[in-house]
Amino acid sequence: MTVVVDIRHRLGDFEVDACFESAGRLTALFGPSGSGKTTLINMIAGLIRPDKGRIEADGRVLVDTDAGLFVPKHKRRIGMVFQDARLFPHMSVASNLRYGRWFTPSAERYADIDAVVDLLGIGPLLDRRPASLSGGEKQRVAIGRALLASPKLLLMDEPLASLDDARKAEILPYIERLRDETKIPIVYVSHSISEVARLASDVVVLAQGKVAACGPTGAIMQRPDLLPAEERGEGGAVLDAAVLRHDDVFGMTVLGSVAGEIRVPLLAVPVGAPMRIRIRARDVMIATEQPRGLSALNILPGTILTIAPGEGPAVEIGIDCNGATVLARITEQSRQTLKLRLGREVYAVVKTVSFDRRI
Amino acid sequence: MNWLLDLTPDEWNAVRLSIKVATVAMVASLPPGILIALVLARGQFWGKALLNGLVHLPLILPPVVIGYLLLLSFGRRGPVGAFLAERFGIVFSFRWTGAALACAVMGFPLMVRAIRLSIEAVDRRIEAAAGTLGANPLWVFGTITLPLILPGLITGAILSFAKAMGEFGATITFVSNIPNETQTLPSAIYTFTQVPGGDAGALRLTLISIAISMAALVASEVLARRVGRRMDIE
Repeated sequence: MTVVVDIRHRLGDFEVDACFESAGRLTALFGPSGSGKTTLINMIAGLIRPDKGRIEADGRVLVDTDAGLFVPKHKRRIGMVFQDARLFPHMSVASNLRYGRWFTPSAERYADIDAVVDLLGIGPLLDRRPASLSGGEKQRVAIGRALLASPKLLLMDEPLASLDDARKAEILPYIERLRDETKIPIVYVSHSISEVARLASDVVVLAQGKVAACGPTGAIMQRPDLLPAEERGEGGAVLDAAVLRHDDVFGMTVLGSVAGEIRVPLLAVPVGAPMRIRIRARDVMIATEQPRGLSALNILPGTILTIAPGEGPAVEIGIDCNGATVLARITEQSRQTLKLRLGREVYAVVKTVSFDRRI
Repeated sequence: MNWLLDLTPDEWNAVRLSIKVATVAMVASLPPGILIALVLARGQFWGKALLNGLVHLPLILPPVVIGYLLLLSFGRRGPVGAFLAERFGIVFSFRWTGAALACAVMGFPLMVRAIRLSIEAVDRRIEAAAGTLGANPLWVFGTITLPLILPGLITGAILSFAKAMGEFGATITFVSNIPNETQTLPSAIYTFTQVPGGDAGALRLTLISIAISMAALVASEVLARRVGRRMDIE
């Protein structure tokens, strides 16, 4: 399944001129507010008609202004989860969930209601009315409603943006399961680096209505110049890891990654579970020899791969740790004092407690 | 108390006729009422203000004027009336159907106003959500918009019914005051006040008129509240 978007659209003073192609499991449209992400996703859904351009999903042309083609939203079979859930207030949760099924030809119905209810943990809510649900519950029901229309592509427009941190933490695992356990490709709009780093396989970075970059999540997250200024401190390496064991005595979980073992605060996930971790560049120190008498628990050997100027006094150092790149942000002064240059063997040092509890 | 319930056949006929005329007027004006309300709430077209003014005319013109205009157009010799009589055999003048037409026209602005307000209150983003789930615009209207505006529909229908129960000027001008055919409650009350010794009859019909209107109003309140509660927190 690939999504191909090449459009130009004017909204007052604001112009969106974007062209990208994505075949990822979960493609994030990422950028600050006002960068045109929601406009783009609304065009894919058919809620906005672009002035000019072409949109294709799964080989099917949805919009082609040159040919005068515009497939209306109800014929696209593209599910959409909105930031504000938009459940039907006059129907029960169960009726909301079943709504899309009416309009799906039976041959194309692949979503099973029991499986979806189970996946999202909304069984106890079925008889309730939307008005009596919490924000997180509403959003889970909205995801289920979109899934049960058996869409060929699922769009999510900042589904977590209006929720507090506790509710976000409640929903994130469900979106991960959605990504890993169903075969529906997802396009996910977000302005949060932590969401994108955790969920996305590919990222399209948008700025002022244009595509600034596009590529696999790991590569994009290492380029702080692409990240919005207020989130730049959140940038860093994204590593795929798996849970090796839990250390109950000290309340830590040990993760295995190509870069080596990484100790993080205890996670409530089973041993063997895949885990994606983000190591913020500003949390990484560099040592030129194996440190001794240091409290930090994660010491990853590697060689310096890249050195790029950063903001203010900082430089961004990319360290190749056995094939995985870890990004460190240090001062230019430290770089000169330590005589860091390309190809030098160093140690990346990360404190366990610098990882967020939910990573 | 006996004198109150002891209605003459003519009085009973007036009561029955009034309910029939008001019900038919209400039911018949619902579909065009919804349509016009929809167009006024959502449409963007040249002449919208004109249409809005036209719909509201019965509210601001004297009822006699409306009755006379109906007589001119829907009367036997009127252009519309003659056409309908020839083609479909539908006759309005001096028939109870004419009374229903007059009542429907007079109650129309009230009905359209109530429905229009409720349509404007519908969150269109919810309709868009239904569209992404595969519902075409007609289904969206039937399964989302219509249920959401139900309280407004009920209010509009009851307002139209109540207006029809009390309509006098346009009805008497258009279809006159014929017992058993066009003599509705207000016309019957008016007739009683014009003859000596008619006070008791006028009072009886007045009380009945009050009772019916109050019952309709209470029924609409209960219905609208029940529908509204279904949509909110249970």
